[in-house]
Order: sequence, then C-alpha cells, then structure tokens
Amino acid sequence: MAVPVAFFAVFFAYPVAAIVGRGLKADGVWQFGRFAEVLSRPDIREVLWFTLWQALASTALTLLIALPGAYVFARFDFPGKQLLRAAVTVPFVLPTVVVGTAFLALLGRGGLLDDLWGVRLDTTVWAILLAHVFFNYAVVVRTVGGLWSQLDPRQEEAARVLGAGRFAAWRRVTLPALAPAVAAAALMVFLFTFTSFGVVQILGGPGFSTLEVEIYRQTAQLLALPTAAVLTLVQFAAVGAILAVHAWTVRRRETALKLVDPAQTARRPRGAGQWTLLGGVLLTVLVLILLPLAILVERSLDLPGGHGFGYYRALASADANSGTFLVAPLEAIGNSLRYALVATAIALVVGGLAAAALTRRAGRLVRGFDALLMLPLGVSAVTVGFGFLITLDKPPLDLRTSWILVPLAQALVGVPFVVRTMLPVLRAVDGRLREAAAVLGASPLRAWREVDLPLVRRALLVAAGFAFAVSLGEFGATVFIARPDNPTLPVAVARLLGRSGDLNYGQAMALSTILMLVCAVSLLLLERIRTDRSGEF
Amino acid sequence: MSTTKKIAVTAVAAAIGATALAGCGSSDDASSGSSGTKGTGSKTVTLVSHDSFNASKGVLKEFTRETGYTVKVLKSGDAGAALNQEILTKGSPRGDVFFGVDNTLLSRALDNGLFTPYAAKGLGQVASDVQLDAEKHRVTPVDTGDICVNYDKKYFADKKLAPPKTFDDLAKPAYRNLLVTENAATSSPGLGFLLGSIATYGEDGYQDYWKKLKSNGVKVVDGWEQAYNEEFSGSAGGKKAKADRPLVVSYASSPPVEVLYADPQPKTAPTGVATGTCFRQIEFAGLLDGAKNEAGGKALLDFMIGKKFQEDMPLNMFVSPVTKGAKVPELFTKFGATSDKPATVAPDAIAKNREQWVQSWSSLVVK
Repeated sequence: MAVPVAFFAVFFAYPVAAIVGRGLKADGVWQFGRFAEVLSRPDIREVLWFTLWQALASTALTLLIALPGAYVFARFDFPGKQLLRAAVTVPFVLPTVVVGTAFLALLGRGGLLDDLWGVRLDTTVWAILLAHVFFNYAVVVRTVGGLWSQLDPRQEEAARVLGAGRFAAWRRVTLPALAPAVAAAALMVFLFTFTSFGVVQILGGPGFSTLEVEIYRQTAQLLALPTAAVLTLVQFAAVGAILAVHAWTVRRRETALKLVDPAQTARRPRGAGQWTLLGGVLLTVLVLILLPLAILVERSLDLPGGHGFGYYRALASADANSGTFLVAPLEAIGNSLRYALVATAIALVVGGLAAAALTRRAGRLVRGFDALLMLPLGVSAVTVGFGFLITLDKPPLDLRTSWILVPLAQALVGVPFVVRTMLPVLRAVDGRLREAAAVLGASPLRAWREVDLPLVRRALLVAAGFAFAVSLGEFGATVFIARPDNPTLPVAVARLLGRSGDLNYGQAMALSTILMLVCAVSLLLLERIRTDRSGEF
Repeated sequence: MSTTKKIAVTAVAAAIGATALAGCGSSDDASSGSSGTKGTGSKTVTLVSHDSFNASKGVLKEFTRETGYTVKVLKSGDAGAALNQEILTKGSPRGDVFFGVDNTLLSRALDNGLFTPYAAKGLGQVASDVQLDAEKHRVTPVDTGDICVNYDKKYFADKKLAPPKTFDDLAKPAYRNLLVTENAATSSPGLGFLLGSIATYGEDGYQDYWKKLKSNGVKVVDGWEQAYNEEFSGSAGGKKAKADRPLVVSYASSPPVEVLYADPQPKTAPTGVATGTCFRQIEFAGLLDGAKNEAGGKALLDFMIGKKFQEDMPLNMFVSPVTKGAKVPELFTKFGATSDKPATVAPDAIAKNREQWVQSWSSLVVK
C-alpha cells in the first residue's frame, strides 16, 4: 500500500494541492471568499449549468443507444464479434484531437448527414452529445454487456415456466441483477462527459464550455489562478460525489450473483425480432463508430492526384517537414510505444499493488483510497500539468524537463483501469488456497507465484493492455510535457494539424490512422487473451 | 496454456525491466539535462518556447560550432500557455531563454519580471519600430508576422467577385456569410484580428464594426486549426472537408505554406491575403531571470538576431526577419503578401484593456 500511496501523494495530490493553493492563497491567508465571488458570476453559472445538463443528456443518450448493443454483444453469437468489440472500444482510447476531426466529417458540412438530408450538426449541442455516445459506447457495452453475458439465462426461463410474461420475467429477474452494472456504467459515462474537454472544444465551438474547458481557459490562457482553483475544487467535489456513488454501486454488484461462463449464454439469434435487433445494433455501430473512423482512413489516402500511400511515405522523412520535427514523424510511433510501455509498467506496479492492498484489507479508509485512485480520471490535465511545474522543480525531484514525466502523467490515467480490472479478480481468489500453500510449507513469494499469479495473470494482461492503449492515446497531459525531439503520436498529429498545407494535413490523417490501428490491434489482442468478463472494462 | 504463461512471465519481466529502466533514465536525465545544475561550466543552453518554434538542424549546429553551446529546446503548448508556465515557474525556470512572447502579451511578461535585461549584440541592425523595450532591453525582438484575412482565390474567380481588401469590405453585403474567424478569448489570431479592428475603428467604433460583421454572418470557431482546416474552403484540409467559407483569419505567410507543402508545388498559391486587414505581431525572446546558464543564454540571444538564424526562420516558422539585410526566400516574396500599413496597438494599451475588450467582444459576438 505504501508504494501507491506515495506515488499518488507525490505525483497527484501534492501538485494539484499546490496549484489550487496558489490560486486560493494570498499572502499566506486562505481566501475562501473567492468561492462566492466566482460562483456568483453569470458566465460561470452558465458553464456549471451547461456542464451538468449536457452530461445528463449525454449519459441518457449513451444508455439509450448502447444498451441494446450490450445485449447483442452479450447474448448473440455472430461472425466478427471479437473484432467488432475491439473496434467499438477504439474511440474510447483515441485522443480527441484525432477523432474530433473525423467526427466533423460525419456531422459537419459535406458530411454524410449533409449529403443525405442536408443536416449539419457541427457547433450544435447535438454534435457534442453524439460524439459523447461515440466515445462512451464501449463503456456501456463492456461494463453492462460483460455482466449480462454471465447471467444465467435459465433463471429468466425458469420465471417464464412459472407463468411470468416475457417482460415481467425480464423485469423481475434480469433487471435487478443488471441494475448495479447499468448504474456503474451510467456513472462512468456521466463522469467522462461531465469532465469532457476535447469534444466540447472541437465540436462545440466557442458558445459552449464545460467546467473542464473553463479550467483550461482560466489557467492556460488567462492565468486567472483563483478562478481556476475555485472551479477545480467544484469539479473535485462533483467528481468525488460521482465516484462515491459509483463505489457503492460496484459493491452492490459484487454481492452474490450466480455467474456462468459467457460462452454458454451466447447463441445465434433466432426469429425475425432478434435478427432485426442485431441488424439495428450493427447499423448503429456502423454509422456512429465505424464510419467516422473510416473517414479518417479515407482522408489519409486521398492524395491530390488520386488515392495512394504518399502521405504514409512522407512520414518517414524528416526533410519533408523541414523543422516541424527534429525527427521524422514516423519516429513518433517508436516514442509513443516506448512511453506507453514505461507508463504501463508504472501503472501495473502502482495499480497492482493498490488492488492487492484493497483486497487484503477492508474498512472505510481503504474504500476511500479506492475512490481516490479514480480521481485522476476526473481532474483536468492542465491542473496536474501546471501543478507538476511548480512542485517538481527542486532536486532530487526536478523532473520538469525529464522525459519520465510523460509516462508518469500517462500512468496516472492508466492506474484506475488497472485497479478496476484487477480488483474483482483478486477479490475472487480464495484466501484459503494461499493459507493451504503456506501450511504445506510454501514461502509467501512461492504461495503468490503458485496460487495468485496463475489466477490473475489474464486479468493482469488485460489491465496492462488497457493501460497501454490509454497511455498511447493520452494527449492532455502529454502535450504540456512532451519534448520536441521525441513527440508522441497524438502530439505529432496535433502539431501537423497546426500547420497549413496539403502535406501536413495528409500526414496528420495518416498518423491518426496508424494510431487507430495500433490501438485496435492491442485491443484485439486483449479480446483473445481474456476469457473471464468480471472486470469492469 | 503454456504460451499464455510465457506471455505473462515476459510481460511481468518487461514491466519490471522497464520500471528499472525508467529509474535509471530519470536520474540520468537529471544530471545531464536542465542546463547544468553544477554551475556555469555547462555546455547546454535551454530554450523554452511554444509549439510553433522551429529551427533547422543545420542552424542549431552552426550555433554549437560558433559558441560551443548545444541548444536544448522545450516546447510547452501554445503561446499563451507557454508564457503562463514561465510566469508560474518564475525564479526557478526550466531553461535559460524564453522565446515566443508577442506584443499582445508582452506587458504580462514584463510586469511579472520574467527577464534579466540584456542588450543583445547586433541590436543596431534590428529595425527600430519593433524594439518595444528599447530602453531596458528586457526582451529582444526576433520576428514579425502579420495576422490577415486570407481568401480562396478559386471561389472569388468562379463567382467573378473581387476579394475583399479592407476591414470595411468584410462588412459589405457582397461578402455575407463568407468569413470565419477565431475566438479572441482563446486564439492568438482571433485576438490579433480583434485588435486590428480596434486599431482601425478605435475604442469607440470597434463594437459597431463587430455588430455589422455579426449581422453579415461572421462565423466564430475556437481555434485556428478548426477555422483553417475545417471551415476555410481555400486550404488543403478545407477542400477535403468540403468547407464553404472562402474567407478566414490566418497569417500573411499562409499562402506560401500552401505552396511549400503541396506535391507537386503549384505555380501560384491557391489563397491570397487581404492586405488591408492585417495586424502585426512581433515576437520577442528574453534571458530568463534565474537562468542557470546566463552566458549561454546571452550567446543564444545574440545568435537569434544574427543573419543565419534570421534567414532560417521564414521557412521554419513562417515569420519575417527583423534584422536588416536578412534575406527572405523567394517562396516568401513570390507567394506571400506584405502589408504596407499593418495595424498595431501599443502593448501598454493592450495590457490595460485586453480583458475588457475580449469580454465585450465575447458578449457581442459569441453569446
């Protein structure tokens, strides 16, 4: 427990506290009056109100669209299911700079909707809501679908044999078992949309601003630290509340459900109704998720004189970009993989130890620590980044210009995924097995190796894969600290998009496509590795 | 099963190895990096800048050859974010020289006492109208760039319509629904364009002007990337996105960039510049207060206004040199446009009013 606590204290709590303190203290005195001052500003109230309602609306819409998907992925067998499950997860780990561009191509002018019906949704709230569905579809499918596939369908069948109608049986048997998972998924989606940054910035235009966007503007653009500090604390409180409710639903879910192997519950769809449902879900996935990704690929191949791989070839040369990069953009892939590997290692060590500690001990304090580990998901990257700047500035921790900051920041985002994946599996390990091994003379290390490791290694790999994919796509914190001589993929994409010219734009699309493929491949590998679906992601 | 076991073992081993590696890496870096914590003998000079900073490898090598110092570059976000990070780390800076504070943010830097005064060698060759801190030499002017409305040549040729030239033109009915600009609160070209309108119509008149622009259908997006790549019909990205706005607030150097990064390079630029809509940005560099390698920082400042660096800038950062006699590449003179009378606003006036101007602009145009 000491390692994760120290890690979070030094690389999260301390920097965030320092930057908030800088905003709220004047001459060593806390200025709590600033709360009332900031929160009574009409523009800030507008931001708070918009943040709240768009998150509620996004969550509702995501559930509406993704729950049928969760059912289909859980209960039906169809060709290409694994591939598709990996594909719908790709948006979740892609940086918004990349996807915003692709999504605009669907909803903006000249996009599919425009061509078909003359409907253009860019810079409307609809673009934001649909993009949130796009990003969070996988959260619902994985969290709810994962559990759904393990619920024994015979329970529902038994209820029907006993005379319950189809709907009544579902409502009485399946729904109660599923409800905590739906609640947990809804809360995660709410958390992600409540703290939405890239989507709102790219698709919303200047008329819309969430708390997270406002914190970024106040900190990075205006250097209005007091306002930013107040907003950070407001967001902190909101995120803390969401996580507390989330932890509660998760605990409820862990209470005795009779779970079965998902392989037994899925079967080929039967009857017109089920085929229609499957078709509907596949169509939704196609239009809402695969199409924007396909547009990205199409644009990366769209050379002035026809289609080809010219932009991909250009990625290999540093000359074509004169000074944009000190190295060829292709090397960004190597950088990204290296950073992500280190970040994954850190996240595994910190998250794994935390999960182990959380399994061994119980009690309120530990549960609080559980929620604390999730907090980085809800705190803005700019707050953490600026906090790093003012805290990690003295030896031995003058890391501000060191490359290790990038994987450290990425690991902060990766740890929650590791913990969430490992925790249910670790909790399922029967302690008596370990005790038996000890009685038979095994050392603690040996007992761990022979008992725990075989049981958790799959979960460990899945956790590693997720941390890896999330680290690959991390942009917000990386952009502040990535060094120019070794940019990561998302940073390289952003830099290329920041310049005019056909070649730059095309290369940005090509790099985005590569990033997308790398993410998709690592997720597909996960699909093959994992057999149990008790984790949350 | 045994393969999975192998994978697991390898993964764990890799994780442990990588962590160990990370440990070494960081301690390694701390001793060699951050421009020598061991006093003045350091051979590294660290330049902190924004994401748009670029210099060719050759010119950086030339600096090393002339002075013996190696340049390490740290880029940190856009111009505003980079400057704010410097202000936050004041007194304990990450580098020796900061490059990239422009005339719209100059006062924020100077009021915070970021820089140690230093009169760079060769200042005599720098145009006097860009030396905004000529008495104290806290900052050294390095380049200028004009923010201007760009137009899509093809659109105006097809429509047989003359492209706009001035601020006044943009408000005329002929150009209704054609212009896209950036949010002045979050984007530096957006702010530049607003300041240009203030310089042209004065503090009393700019609001009326923006009312006219708004009723003439100006579209505001958050950043330059969206405006230029997604909304502007003349750019490479815009063509693919089937963009429909033929007028965009961008830079006077954007047309040459469209030529340079096209394959094959066209004979004429696809876009042009409305020369009567330009606002001049001047970018400065300065020696950071608390710099660990002052001598190296001073050498770097001297070098930055020297001819070699100045002549290297245009095709790397797409800005114009400030040093007299620095040659501008043909690509620039042929495809770019220069404005005879770019608008400017004094840094003090900007510092005093920026927030209020941006706020009234926001409530007028965005809300």
